[in-house]
Amino acid sequence: MPTVTYVHPDGTKHEVEVATGKRVMHGAIGAGIDGIVAECGGQAMCATCHVYVESPWADKFPSISEEEDEMLDDTVSPRTDASRLSCQLVVGDDVDGLIVRLPEEQV
Amino acid sequence: MSVDRIVIIGSGQAGFEAAVSLRSHGFAGSITLVGDEPGVPYQRPPLSKAYLHCDPDRDSLALRPAQYFEDHRITLACGKPVVRVDRDAQLVELIDATVIEYDHLILATGARNRLLPVPGADLPGVHYLRTAGEAESLTSSMASCSSLVVIGAGFIGLEVAAAARKKGLDVTVVEAMDRPMARALSPVMSDYFSAAHTEHGVHMRLSTGAKTVVEADGRAAGVTTTSGDVIPADAVVVGIGVVPNIELAVLAGLPVNNGIVVDEYLRTPDENISAIGDCAAYPIPGTARLVRLESVQNAVDQARCLAAQLTGTSINYRSVPWFWSEQYESKLQMAGLTAGADTHVVRGSVDSGAFSIFCFLGTRLLGVESVNKPRDHMTARKILSSGMPLTLEQAADTDFDLKLAIARHKDEVASAEVGERQVVAS
Repeated sequence: MPTVTYVHPDGTKHEVEVATGKRVMHGAIGAGIDGIVAECGGQAMCATCHVYVESPWADKFPSISEEEDEMLDDTVSPRTDASRLSCQLVVGDDVDGLIVRLPEEQV
Repeated sequence: MSVDRIVIIGSGQAGFEAAVSLRSHGFAGSITLVGDEPGVPYQRPPLSKAYLHCDPDRDSLALRPAQYFEDHRITLACGKPVVRVDRDAQLVELIDATVIEYDHLILATGARNRLLPVPGADLPGVHYLRTAGEAESLTSSMASCSSLVVIGAGFIGLEVAAAARKKGLDVTVVEAMDRPMARALSPVMSDYFSAAHTEHGVHMRLSTGAKTVVEADGRAAGVTTTSGDVIPADAVVVGIGVVPNIELAVLAGLPVNNGIVVDEYLRTPDENISAIGDCAAYPIPGTARLVRLESVQNAVDQARCLAAQLTGTSINYRSVPWFWSEQYESKLQMAGLTAGADTHVVRGSVDSGAFSIFCFLGTRLLGVESVNKPRDHMTARKILSSGMPLTLEQAADTDFDLKLAIARHKDEVASAEVGERQVVAS
């Protein structure tokens, strides 16, 4: 199973095995990681599963949809070029070792 | 009085969020989350959507794993209904006679399915859909049947109809009103979805009620309608709304009015008891009118507002409500409360399948319904929360940039506030 590392703002790391086909958001929720809220359950209706995905991982995911783009404008922590909604990021074998940074705040 | 022990009745989205928010606001006392259903709290929205047609994975429904509750010192007492609230002694009693004392009690008791009041409605093969157990039973039933009658063209009924069509079932929807989702949507939007279901092969029977559920071999085998015909089917799904769970509040002598009545701070007249989520009837901001909403947003935002108050921040509840539904390739998003709207302005083209309907009362915007227009929806939430004035003409004019308008409005409000502060300072 691919491994995803969630990095908290204070540098603490959580390494989680996430089944192929699951979302990066599901991996965090399933492991009970604070820092991903996901109040809408992965429908791109809220902006509480915000993560920062940097290179080389950023390019491995499909580009941001209009829906995700709108929600990202509404994140509580600042939006950067690395911002994504983790509910829109499907884990595949090609992202094994993925590192995502969690924002300071989600709500 | 200090609050050290908080008991939450109801382990749905509102109760769960209250527990989690209390901890994230630094509440250090005890939290007990009591629920009727066994297991960890889970999400309901997927049950009528992806869960039915592609992803029946119960584990992924959990809001958090069991370990999370242990780590955050949230005591789960799920599967043990509360039978009594004693306000004088400040305690709740569970069905197994366990007694839990509270300093503050949060009622997040939710709602339950409205039962179909016709002969045959209790036959095997008649399904409802609210709990994970009900979703599981409907999913397995759908796997072995080839036709379905859905009673009620509300959100649940139509989401089930869409899921059943994706699975190739023959689907008939019976609805007593003359248009689907009539309680929640504008006529134009109802018509759009009615047409979408018809295009996808659903037999839409509007202005038609279910009179009886037909029996064959001890099971449901279809329905007879108020127009006198018989619609045979292998299974029946009833989605005719919910009723709030107010019985504990009534027993405890708290006021109810289509929900447990609370003020703008979500408090009942007993200062040690609050109510949130589907069960709570709260005043619409700026009015004395009570409203009770059934949505994730309402559950979550009320839970957070209450958690903030219980940890020392006095804020009244005034979030802009939003909702969503998915049927086929149409994602419906709604912002605001549109009941009572008398003018509906279409923005974009209905035929294109990506448009919004701005619902006004006179010249005041009440809410916006969007299909496949996430930008309109998000902008609508901001317009409604900021109170930005919007004319009917601007709403209809797709060249009028709503996003730019809200950005300008926010700048104007901010500079007006700076100006006010400077006046005060001088």
